[in-house]
Amino acid sequence: MEYKVMVGLEMHCEISETKSKVFSSAANCYSEIPNTNVRPYDMAFPGVLPVVNKEAVKMALMASMILGCKQPEYMYFERKNYYYPDMPKNFQITQETKPAPVGIYGKLDYECNGEVKTVRINNIHLEEDAASSDHYATTSTIDYNRAGVPLLELVTEPDFRSADEAVAFLETMRSIYQYAGISEADSKKGQIRCDVNVSIMDASLDESDMKNWGTKVEIKNVNSFGGVRDAINYEITRQMELKENGTYDEMEQQTRRWDEDSASTIYMRSKVDAIDYKYFVEPNIPKFKLSKEWLEEIRKSIPELAPQRKAKYINEYGITEYDATIIVKEKAVSDYYEETIKCGVSPKSASNWITTTVLGYLNKHELEISDVCLTPERLSKLIKLVEDGKISSKQGKEVLYKVIEDDKEPEKIVDELGMKQIGDDNLIRDIVVKVLDEHPDLIEAHRKGKPVFDFFVGQVMKATRGQANPSLTANIIREEIEKR
Amino acid sequence: MEYMTKTLKEIHKDLKDGKVTSAELIKESLKRSHEVQESCNAFVTILDDAKEGKVTDNILSGIPYGIKDNYSTKGILSTGSSNTLKDYVPFFTATSIENLDKAGAVPVNKTVMDEFGMGGTGTTGHTGIVTNPWDHTRMCAGSSAGSAAAVAAGVYPYATGSDTGDSIRKPAAYCGIVGYKPTYGMISRYGLFPFASSLDHCGVLSRCVEDAAIVVDNMKGIDKNDMTSWDSSKINLEKALTGDVKGKKLCYVKEICDIKNYPHASKELKEHLENFMKTVEKCKELGMTVDEVSIDQTLLNALPSVYVVISCAEATSNMSNLTGIIFGPRAEGDNYIDMMKNYRTKGFSPLIKRRFVIGSYVLQAQNKDRYFYNAQRVRRLLVDAWKDLYKKYDAVIMPVGSGPAKHLDGSLDILDENTAVLEEHLQVGNFGGFPSITIPNGFIDNLPVGVNITGNCYEDEKVLNIAYALESAMPYKNQIAKEVK
Repeated sequence: MEYKVMVGLEMHCEISETKSKVFSSAANCYSEIPNTNVRPYDMAFPGVLPVVNKEAVKMALMASMILGCKQPEYMYFERKNYYYPDMPKNFQITQETKPAPVGIYGKLDYECNGEVKTVRINNIHLEEDAASSDHYATTSTIDYNRAGVPLLELVTEPDFRSADEAVAFLETMRSIYQYAGISEADSKKGQIRCDVNVSIMDASLDESDMKNWGTKVEIKNVNSFGGVRDAINYEITRQMELKENGTYDEMEQQTRRWDEDSASTIYMRSKVDAIDYKYFVEPNIPKFKLSKEWLEEIRKSIPELAPQRKAKYINEYGITEYDATIIVKEKAVSDYYEETIKCGVSPKSASNWITTTVLGYLNKHELEISDVCLTPERLSKLIKLVEDGKISSKQGKEVLYKVIEDDKEPEKIVDELGMKQIGDDNLIRDIVVKVLDEHPDLIEAHRKGKPVFDFFVGQVMKATRGQANPSLTANIIREEIEKR
Repeated sequence: MEYMTKTLKEIHKDLKDGKVTSAELIKESLKRSHEVQESCNAFVTILDDAKEGKVTDNILSGIPYGIKDNYSTKGILSTGSSNTLKDYVPFFTATSIENLDKAGAVPVNKTVMDEFGMGGTGTTGHTGIVTNPWDHTRMCAGSSAGSAAAVAAGVYPYATGSDTGDSIRKPAAYCGIVGYKPTYGMISRYGLFPFASSLDHCGVLSRCVEDAAIVVDNMKGIDKNDMTSWDSSKINLEKALTGDVKGKKLCYVKEICDIKNYPHASKELKEHLENFMKTVEKCKELGMTVDEVSIDQTLLNALPSVYVVISCAEATSNMSNLTGIIFGPRAEGDNYIDMMKNYRTKGFSPLIKRRFVIGSYVLQAQNKDRYFYNAQRVRRLLVDAWKDLYKKYDAVIMPVGSGPAKHLDGSLDILDENTAVLEEHLQVGNFGGFPSITIPNGFIDNLPVGVNITGNCYEDEKVLNIAYALESAMPYKNQIAKEVK
């Protein structure tokens, strides 16, 4: 039997780029020290009130616009009531009921394995994050630093047909959040968390009729893109097995959780036991009208996103699509690239150095570009040293690694290693003459068209410990052979 | 010489003239506090170590006052009259109290209330029943019971209150004093323990309209911590009290005020409504017109239910923070759920639990439209009906309750159906956020009764000026409770 897979995502992404939390004046910054970014509001002391962070609303509206969603005429919030220690108020301020969300009914094109796909966005809304907790054998600890951090929840329609598509979409969204200056979108910091809906249906049936859809299984709290891929694939296999052994129809609509250790989904609760969150409009935040002017201002302030930068790199900078794709994948790399160009390096050289040497080094050592002390200024100086023929490109690589390891200026390292490329015509000529004198037989061979030219170059390099300028050397060898 | 029975301006003048010191005022107020604690059980905390305040040009400076116990006060026990917060000492002060601090006012006690403001009898606080200083067998009404008793008994010229249904304006009537809740958002609610956020108002209980105006002038102001607060800097309530009300148009609602609606009316109710009509005549003598208007009885009858549904729904959510884990006396339990359950089961009174059950019920997915959303729709209809009146009239004048203070015996927050709307109509002031003030307008069996004036939002100056003119035309200004029993 052939099956069609239907996957929908709920992607939670923290807005990391506001100064303070979404309804609290506490700082919105990642801190290793627990419970340091906390104000009375976050601990729900009696009498505290929420105050909406305008900057967070602005960023949420920007995300709504990028996703092609419709923005509400009036902004308001709702309470989602539930008891859990990660939320001392025991309700979360969110935007559940349409038309409350900052964005409804949009769509986004994304690329998956070279193909352009479209996903429909049901809504995107702004809410407050809960505290983070760690569970041990007999105790749990709670860190309220995260409680109240602005959180964007994005809900897609079940438009993904594979785990690859879902992950490609998530990568596109991460890029959008980073490029728009909304979030670092770093899942290592817990800034991205997903709930995944998976169902399967017989491939022969018409998917436009909801009656043909399979039973929806929601998988909660998948915290990495790899996890999303694994959870979807696991769930597809599990549901197919149920189909094959004839027990699929007994499966009820349910919520499961992804267990990283066992790489499997585990049953949590049936839809029948779904929590009634008793939503109602948050009375402490007056409805406010979103003015056309403000929305327009936000729309105009949307920064250049990855696709636009990529097009610029290809069309204006003349680099290959392959390299452009690599550069725009991470905003930090793309920013680095543009900074390097601003330091006077040609876009092509910058691209060559960054996509091969720099990223090669980072990938090998599992580092981010922000982790290393090779600033765009240092890289540009290094490239200049090579392009001016002061050092060879092979030496350039060596210097680059040294800059990263020793945190020093490229010129200094070149000095320290005595690495100056020999560009002195007479010095090289003396050595060439000597090499040719020692090998008259090979000059003959060369004249007969034998491939021995590189041998001469190699000998000169050996004699100069690699410091001779290779192209200059080649020219002099040709001249000297001509003379004989 | 007694000072605590005088008006703010009188006391201020003597302070400025050096005839009395702030320290002497505080001493007198504390002495009266202990006496009234003995007779009325009006206080959760008496601040015996209260320090004298510096006397400045601000009328409130150096003068004692009381704070309802649901205002957060830094370093001072703030219980909301609930066992769930019986040991809670906040580390921040409500904005409105900070504003009074800046004015130089000196708090001398925290007053008893119905638990978290959820009651209208003054009998449900964790420290026991508050009795009416006029007659200790009667209630003060609530929830600002302790504040009303203390102001009426001459402990100080004013105390803060809060009002979600009529919690300032009803106790004021029962105790023969003035109770004023300004337009929603004029006074910041930051630091006020919430009951029902869309209905909660801060306000004041005093013995004359002018004092109420002076106090609210100092409490009010836009607050960055309360998004529902608004800039009222152009409003000066005290200056608005000119007493000139000629040509002002008032109205009262026939379905609420006409004696013919109450075929089985008690003697007290009859006298109360007759007395109200005498007050209406006084208004006319002052040059105002007073019309009788009609509002759909069915709509009016829905009023108490609308209040119950909305206030209980918001309350059950607002008070979810009371778990005993972060603050409050933590309960034992094998896990956090049992700890919360034990704390809440033990801590809340049965009345509050009943309201939580109602609030939860009306918000449940299968009930929400029928109860909660319908209540919100009817709330809108009621507010619109009053707003319609304000198109033609400056204010609505109505009697408060169905007579003088009720007996403590046998009156446990249960409404007499026949007079339900008469008892509850002040809630419209909370539905619409209208400025609303109660002033004393006479006596029945030697017990005070009150009349209420409610106007349109942001027209506090007008409402207070009408109340001020009417107060001046009647002999009940600045009265101190005289024990009749």
